[in-house]
Amino acid sequence: MAQDAAISKGFDARGFEGGAALECAGLACLRGGRILFRGVSLKLEAGEALHVTGPNGLGKSSLIRVIAGLLPAYAGEVKANGRMALADEKVALDAGQPLARALGHWARLDGSVEAEIADALAAVDLAHLADVPVRFLSTGQRKRALLARISLSRAGIWLLDEPANGLDTASIARLGDLMARHRVGGGIVVAASHQPLPLEGAQTLPLADFVPVARAGEAE
Amino acid sequence: MIGALGTLIRRELMLAFGLGGGARGSAGFVMPIIFFLAVATIYPFAVGPDAQLLGRTGGGVIWVAALLASILPIDRLVQADVDQGMIDQYVVRGLSEELIALAKTIGHWLSFGPPLMLAAIISAGLLGQSAEQLIIVEIGLACATPALAALGVMIAALTAGLRHGAALGGLLLLPLAVPLLIFGAGSLTPGSQNGLLLLAAASLLLTVICPIAAGAAIRAGRE
Repeated sequence: MAQDAAISKGFDARGFEGGAALECAGLACLRGGRILFRGVSLKLEAGEALHVTGPNGLGKSSLIRVIAGLLPAYAGEVKANGRMALADEKVALDAGQPLARALGHWARLDGSVEAEIADALAAVDLAHLADVPVRFLSTGQRKRALLARISLSRAGIWLLDEPANGLDTASIARLGDLMARHRVGGGIVVAASHQPLPLEGAQTLPLADFVPVARAGEAE
Repeated sequence: MIGALGTLIRRELMLAFGLGGGARGSAGFVMPIIFFLAVATIYPFAVGPDAQLLGRTGGGVIWVAALLASILPIDRLVQADVDQGMIDQYVVRGLSEELIALAKTIGHWLSFGPPLMLAAIISAGLLGQSAEQLIIVEIGLACATPALAALGVMIAALTAGLRHGAALGGLLLLPLAVPLLIFGAGSLTPGSQNGLLLLAAASLLLTVICPIAAGAAIRAGRE
């Protein structure tokens, strides 16, 4: 298929100072007066990946946001070497702007050049929609646009919250391809998802093991 | 950091002036200006075409209209960016909330202050203001609009995420902007040049404090 051609001529993970590393020790998160999880420790070196698993409502998104620095950790600390890129349910692209221009805003902040936007769009098979305003994209297309934003970010550490939501089979394969390239280039991927992800050789972190006993029943 | 500030301001201006498709209602800067002109237009209808009365009170009407016009853009300044996840993305990139608020203030002022000052020329004509009065009004607006923009951003940050935040925004802005109104309209009284100095001082204070408060509000709003 034409889409496969787009992947192969994609781009390699480059641009960030190699040697990304992420280490968390004893992370706990308190929200609304309840401990969501506690004692979460993880250590990732360049090229490694982590799949945070667990059912909805357990606190996977909160863990991602704590690592990203958007939520304060109730206990523990996050040590990161390298910049982070966050992909959650919010696309963060201006709805009225054409896709390439909306991505251009982040590319400018992250120090990427114009040509890389086209490459990143091609890698998620959106090159033909570069001039279409973001508000006209479908859910799956928005999600792929978000992946393009991540791959443009030049960040060493990718934090992906449910990256496969809303993607069809072909797009999940592209996601796997992007994550693999990022890791080959020395990047780190932390992905939280209740569903299987195309992340070969990734560590898994079943978040349910770190949930206080009193809450364990809620997740059902 | 300066480069990032420029990029953020660039986006604010693109959205405000509706360039490249325009997101928050294309060319959102037009509405407050039309509102401002509308107030100046209906005032003579209400009090009658008495040139002397208009000349005496018109300057004050321009100031009231400017204050009311500054309320209109508040609801689109911060809320949309929180909803879209733009703020989260800035913070992940290490940009401080204060820098974000400063960029929004500068961007908002550029799309609000100069157009309002242009529209004030038309208003002054409609309200029978002399050239000398117009000059004082323009100097006053040049001093006050940065503070009005900064107040707008701060209140937008404070009310982001609240239901009926837009209505609340107007109620919050007016009392805070009263010093600007008093000194601005007061400077039009013949022989009271100190009004402009006090206006400049009040405006400077608000313009410096508001982005800091707005940054704190954005941070607190993130849960």
